[in-house]
Amino acid sequence: MSSRELILARVRRALADVPQDDTPYDQAFARPYLREHGHRSVAATVDLLAGNLADYRALVHRCTAGELAGTIARLLAERGSAAVSVPVGLDPEWLAATEVTRVPDSAADTPAELDRVDSVVTACAVAIAETGTLVLDGSPDQGRRRITLVPDHHICVVRVPDQVVSSVPQGLERLDPARPLTWISGPSATSDIELDRVEGVHGPRTLEVVLVSGE
Amino acid sequence: MPAFPEAAHEAVHNQTLRGNLRHATHTIRAKRANAVAEVSDWAELREAGKQIKDHTLRHLDRYLVQLEESVTAAGGTVHWAADADEANRIVTSLVKATGESEVVKVKSMATQEIGLNEALEAEGVNAYETDLAELIVQLGKDRPSHILVPAIHRNRGEIREIFAREMSEWGRPAPEGLTDTPAELADAARLHLREKFLRAKVGVSGANFMVAETGTLVVVESEGNGRMCLTLPETLISVVGIEKIVPTWQDLEVFLQTLPRSSTAERMNPYTSMWTGTTDEDGPRAFHLVLIDNGRTDTLADEVGRQALRCIRCSACLNVCPVYERAGGHAYGSVYPGPIGAILSPQLRGTESEIDASLPYASSLCGACYEVCPVAIDIPEVLVHLRERVVQGGAVTREGAKVVLKPAKGHAAERAAMRAARWAFGRPGVLRTGQRLASRTRRFHPRTLPGPGRAWSETRSLPAVPAEPFRDWWQRTKGGQETRGGKDTSK
Ligand code: SF4
Repeated sequence: MSSRELILARVRRALADVPQDDTPYDQAFARPYLREHGHRSVAATVDLLAGNLADYRALVHRCTAGELAGTIARLLAERGSAAVSVPVGLDPEWLAATEVTRVPDSAADTPAELDRVDSVVTACAVAIAETGTLVLDGSPDQGRRRITLVPDHHICVVRVPDQVVSSVPQGLERLDPARPLTWISGPSATSDIELDRVEGVHGPRTLEVVLVSGE
Repeated sequence: MPAFPEAAHEAVHNQTLRGNLRHATHTIRAKRANAVAEVSDWAELREAGKQIKDHTLRHLDRYLVQLEESVTAAGGTVHWAADADEANRIVTSLVKATGESEVVKVKSMATQEIGLNEALEAEGVNAYETDLAELIVQLGKDRPSHILVPAIHRNRGEIREIFAREMSEWGRPAPEGLTDTPAELADAARLHLREKFLRAKVGVSGANFMVAETGTLVVVESEGNGRMCLTLPETLISVVGIEKIVPTWQDLEVFLQTLPRSSTAERMNPYTSMWTGTTDEDGPRAFHLVLIDNGRTDTLADEVGRQALRCIRCSACLNVCPVYERAGGHAYGSVYPGPIGAILSPQLRGTESEIDASLPYASSLCGACYEVCPVAIDIPEVLVHLRERVVQGGAVTREGAKVVLKPAKGHAAERAAMRAARWAFGRPGVLRTGQRLASRTRRFHPRTLPGPGRAWSETRSLPAVPAEPFRDWWQRTKGGQETRGGKDTSK
């Protein structure tokens, strides 16, 4: 007998006392918990996102669509970045005001090459206000998972309010499980040394979030 | 492996360890209470988590098959391992097939449980732990002592010392003049490990959840070492216990709310990675999922004990446990310490060894663990149940077959159990803390009476009041010489 058959047979034998129950899963039990915690205006939800991101030591900036290129250019300059990783589908306008070297996200690049990049600029798929979470789903404006991991500085642009949801349940609803997903809540952190929180062991140590409003 | 009381005895006398543990467990405990208070529907989330897990376990065969189909459809390969040896053999041969002799690992209790690193090493493959705490443990040639903060027993001075001494053995040495500030220590780890990540061709992970419906695997972490292992290598091998399934994508909404708050007391952990098979040009080209049984189906066969399989390894029960706080994780003699370890290890491994027989006694039954558990595992109930098994014996399932355990009467296991009972009773602090917590927090006390000596006394049920006083009987039978089988033949 293969181990597969063996394990399945063991499971069935172990459950001999459990009565047969063919209730479809969605009717098997209620989901009595909340879809979101409290009712907020759209503006309050965006404020909550900003507050929770900042609470987890992300640097939060707000601007209008017209100011975005300038904001990104300023953040890269403040950081002294010389090279920035760019997802293939990123709106070229976003980087229109900066002179830094653009390194297009490419599958051919080795991780070591990526390690020489200073910053990365991406969009996101959805942002969750209650938890201060950005979710990236590998869409063309977000790039491969590794480009937001290896460089030490990540600038993530969130379109508000349309990319912002209140809660985890609402966030999951908007996502496609077939895509590779990365949920980011603040910069990489560890509390392994005497429970002191230290930013960044492996991921970017600086996470900047730009909440961009309007067209 | 010494039984719990001996191991605990040593730990209790280690001042540094106790100080670190106390600080850590109390800090996390207080933070966690705040994080939980933030969500008004905690009780409902907890109940939903319990029901989802119970439902999954009740139909585990169906969901395992569904998971296998979805993972395969998404480009992954599924392997089944009945026990630790088989799992190790599968992983070792998968690694060898890549031609590599190094793998990077993200912290995983399942791989610790099966002793994967040692098995790989025996075959000439170096496995590097990449979680900061696991790195500290590995470089210190030590064992983890907490699920969430495995190096909780080390303070910054010791960590500096370990880094300065050991890092050069494994790769990039620690920087000159390394101090003991957490930021500098973390930076040393970053540089040391980055070297490994950037050249790694094979990654090994566990998973927090597997979604049967979609074939999605989920890893929840803080540092980003998980993301490194999950996305940089060409081959990814995930070793996961069969109980980690949730049926649907939507179910994640429950656990992604309860796990981070219960575990690190955060609204959300810094990074969560989800992947479904392989994705073209993003992440590993080959994905292998190794599903392990290793005692889980035996646990499932126990009607009381099976609830332990609901565990999502948040470690909240460790941080509230007065016994864990004093004894530390190593005393439990397994990768699963604290209250969950006390019920999981003896079920996964059986209660035949001295350490496993003593574990159900490593508790004051105060119930604080049940109160915090985000999937409502009634740990005290299972503890009492396992104590009965140790002392009374009875039918259990081992490797899929029904066996009848002998009662532990006069057996080393019972002695271990009784010593553990004395150990807890001899430490008024342990019991007092337990009782205080109990009165404040526990609404439903275990159905059976608490107290470590309980199971013992119960099995020695008092003899019925004799019909005839002993003296009379002695006289009548001349000390029993004339009776056999209770028949009175003296007249
Ligand atoms: S038993 Fe409950 S509290 Fe303990 S680690 Fe598991 S899920 Fe968390």
